[in-house]
Amino acid sequence: MNRAIADALAAAPERGVQEDVMVLNMGPSHPAMHGTVRMVLTLDGETVIKCDPEIGYLHRGFEKQCENATWSQVFPYTDRLNYCSPLLNNFGYALAVEKMLGIKATDRCNYIRTILGEMARLADHFTSLGAGALELGAMSAFLYAVEARDHIWDLVEEVTGARLTVSFARIGGLKEDLPANFAERWEATEPRLWDVIKKLDQLSTKNRIFMDRMMNTGVIGADEAVSLGFTGPVLRSTGVAYDIRKDSPYFAYDRVDFEVPVGTNGDNFDRYLVRLEEMKQSISIIRQCLKGLPGGPLNVDDPHIMLPPKESVYNSIEGMINHFKLIFEGIQVPAGEVYSYTEAANGELGFYIVSNGTGKPYKLRVRPPCFYFMGGIDRMIEGGMLSDIIPTFDTINMIGGEVDR
Amino acid sequence: MSRAALDSLVAAFPQHILETTDRLGDEVAIVAPAGLLEITTWLRDTPALAFNMLSDVTAVDYLARNPRFEVVYQLYSVSKKHRLRLRVPVGAENPSVASVTGVWLSANWAEREVWDMYGIRFEGHPDLRRVLMYEEFEGHPLRKDYPMQQSQPRMDLRRKERDAVEEYKTLYVDKLAQARKAEP
Amino acid sequence: MGVDIGVPGVVASRLETAVNWARKFSLFQYPFVTACCGMEYMAVACARYDVSRFGAEIPRFSPRQADLLWVVGTVNHKLAPHLARIHAQISDPKWVISFGVCASTGGFYDNYATVQGIDKIIPVDVYIPGCPPRPEQVLDALMMLQDKIQREKWGAPRAASDVAPAIAAVPA
Repeated sequence: MNRAIADALAAAPERGVQEDVMVLNMGPSHPAMHGTVRMVLTLDGETVIKCDPEIGYLHRGFEKQCENATWSQVFPYTDRLNYCSPLLNNFGYALAVEKMLGIKATDRCNYIRTILGEMARLADHFTSLGAGALELGAMSAFLYAVEARDHIWDLVEEVTGARLTVSFARIGGLKEDLPANFAERWEATEPRLWDVIKKLDQLSTKNRIFMDRMMNTGVIGADEAVSLGFTGPVLRSTGVAYDIRKDSPYFAYDRVDFEVPVGTNGDNFDRYLVRLEEMKQSISIIRQCLKGLPGGPLNVDDPHIMLPPKESVYNSIEGMINHFKLIFEGIQVPAGEVYSYTEAANGELGFYIVSNGTGKPYKLRVRPPCFYFMGGIDRMIEGGMLSDIIPTFDTINMIGGEVDR
Repeated sequence: MSRAALDSLVAAFPQHILETTDRLGDEVAIVAPAGLLEITTWLRDTPALAFNMLSDVTAVDYLARNPRFEVVYQLYSVSKKHRLRLRVPVGAENPSVASVTGVWLSANWAEREVWDMYGIRFEGHPDLRRVLMYEEFEGHPLRKDYPMQQSQPRMDLRRKERDAVEEYKTLYVDKLAQARKAEP
Repeated sequence: MGVDIGVPGVVASRLETAVNWARKFSLFQYPFVTACCGMEYMAVACARYDVSRFGAEIPRFSPRQADLLWVVGTVNHKLAPHLARIHAQISDPKWVISFGVCASTGGFYDNYATVQGIDKIIPVDVYIPGCPPRPEQVLDALMMLQDKIQREKWGAPRAASDVAPAIAAVPA
C-alpha cells in the first residue's frame, strides 16, 4: 500500500472520521468492449491502491484443440486469436511452419502477405482508436473509425471471401491470388481511409478533454516495460524502438521504406499518437508493395505441402491420392522445435512449435503480446484514479482472444 | 550474433549446460535446473549479452520420455538484438523449478500460466495461482494425459439436447406407433 | 407476463398488440460481448448496418435497465455463473439472442473449457449461426425476434423449465 495513504488511514480515527478502503469489482462483463476481464480494485476514494486483473474468461483451449488438428486445420483457430487482425495471425503461423519445414514462400506471396497484413494492422488500429475514443465519450470518432474498418473489410472480403475470420494463409503460400482489379479497388478505398484518419486526428488530438484524460495517465518507464515483456506500440511509446519488421525483416518488409514511430513519455497519449502514425505508415507500405508487386508463382511448388490443383485431383489418381493424404494425414513436418516471431498489431506475436514428425502439432504455443500487458497493467494503474483505468485499458488494446486463447 | 552469445554462455557455465543446438537459425541451450537462476542473472547482467527481455515462458509435456517436462524460456536483447532459448528438463514427480521473477518481471504471469496448464511449481514465485482457469478447476489441462473433452462445469448445466430428443419421440414417433396400432 | 387485468377479451387483445408493438420497437440491449463476434456486433451497431433504425440502438450496461440480452461470443465454464447471474438480474419481460455459433452450440471449441451452447444455462429466443454472422444475418434475427415479441400472448408465465436454474453462490 502507498505509504502516505497508509499513514492517513492510521491517523483517521483521531480526526473522528471513519475511513476505509473499498474493494470494487470491475467486470467480467463490462461496457468497454474489449472482451471479458475482471479487475479487483482496492480504492481509496477515487485512487487505485491495488489492482488485481483476472483473465481467463475467454479461455477456449486453443493449444489443446490444435494438438488434435492437422497443421492446416490450425488456421481457423489462429484467426480467432487477435480477432481484430486475423490475417496477421494467419501469416505468423504460416511463417512458423514454413521455418520448420525449411522452405521460403515465393516473392509474390511475400508481397501479398505484406499488403494484406498491413491492411489487417490498419483495421486493428482503427478498432483500437475508435473504441478508445468511444469509451472516453467521443461517439463520432468511433462511428468514423468503424466506417473505415468496414471499407477495409469490404476489400478483404473481395480478396478472401470473408470479412473477419478469413483463414487465408496456407503453409507454403496463400489460398488464392489477388483479384485482377485489386489495385483499382485500393485506389478507390485509400482516400476514404485518409479521410477518416484526418477526422480522427481533428476530433481527438487537439481536443482539450481528450488530451487531459490521456496525457500523463497510464505511464510506464522504458526499462520497466522491457522487463515486463511489453512489445509493439506500447513499448515504442516509451521510447524503445523495437519493431520486428525492422530488426529481423520477413515477407517484403526489407524491400519497402517506412518509419517506425517512437514516443517519449510512455503515457496513453503517446500510445494513441504512435498508433495513428503507424496507420499512415501502413498505407504507405501498401502503396509501395502494389507498385512493386512481382509476377511469378504464388505458392511453393511442392506436392508434400501444397494441395494439387482441382483439375488434377478430379482427373488423375496421383492428384487424388496427394489430396487425400494431405487432408487426412496432414503435412508431415519433420521433428524438432522452432520459435518464429512477427510484428502483429500489438507487438511480438511468437509461435513456438514442437513437432514429433507427424501431421499434427505436438505443441503449438502462441506468445500473445497482450498477455504481458495484462501482467504489467497493475503498475500502470496503481496510484492513478479510477477513471484513468479506461484510457489505459483502451490504449494497450487488450484483445480477449489473444490473452486467453 | 546469437551464436556468440551461446558460445560465451557455454564457456561461462560448462557444468550446467547439458546440450546446445543451433538448428533452423535458433540458438538453444539445454540447462540443468540447478543452474537456472545463476545463468539467467548472468545473461541479463553481462553487458555484452544484455538479455533484458524474457519474451516467453512455456512448457512441453514429453509424456513418453524421462524427464517428462521441459520448461522453455525465450530470451531477447532489445539493445543487442540477439535471441536465445533455454530449455530446462524437469521430472514428473513434483515438478518444480526456480522462478525467475526476480530477474525479469514478465516471468510473473508467464510462470503462473505454466503452473495452471502443466502443474510445474516455481520456487520463489511471489503469487503462484491459476491465471487462465478458475480456482476450483482440478487438474492441469495441457498435460498430455488430460483428455481434451473432459468437462468440469462450474454450475449445473441443463440437459437440453436430451429433452429435445425425448420431445420428438413423444410428439411424433410414439403417436405414429399408437395410430398404427389403432388401425383395423 | 402473468397479468390478469380483468377487462373484456377484445380490449385485452388490442392492448396486447399495442404493448407488444411498443416493446419490440424499443428494445434496450445488454451486450454481453466476449469474443470475435463482438467485432461484428460493433459493425451492426454502427453507421453502415445501422441497428438504431430498428429501435434497438441504446445499449444499457446495467442488466437492471435492459430487456434484451445479446450473448455475443464464446461462453466458457469460468464465465457461465456470471452469465446466469446477469440473466437473472434482468427483469421480465426479457429475451435472449445467442449471437454466433460459439454461443449457440459451442462452435468448433469442443473441449474442456467451453460451454457447448448457452441454452444449457439460460433460455434462448433466437439463435444466430455464423462465425461470425454477417451483419445482415444479425438484423434478420432481430426482425425475427420482433415478430416473436409481437406474437406473444399475455397469460400464463413461461414454463418452469424455462426459468434459469438456481445459482449457487458465485465464488468471489
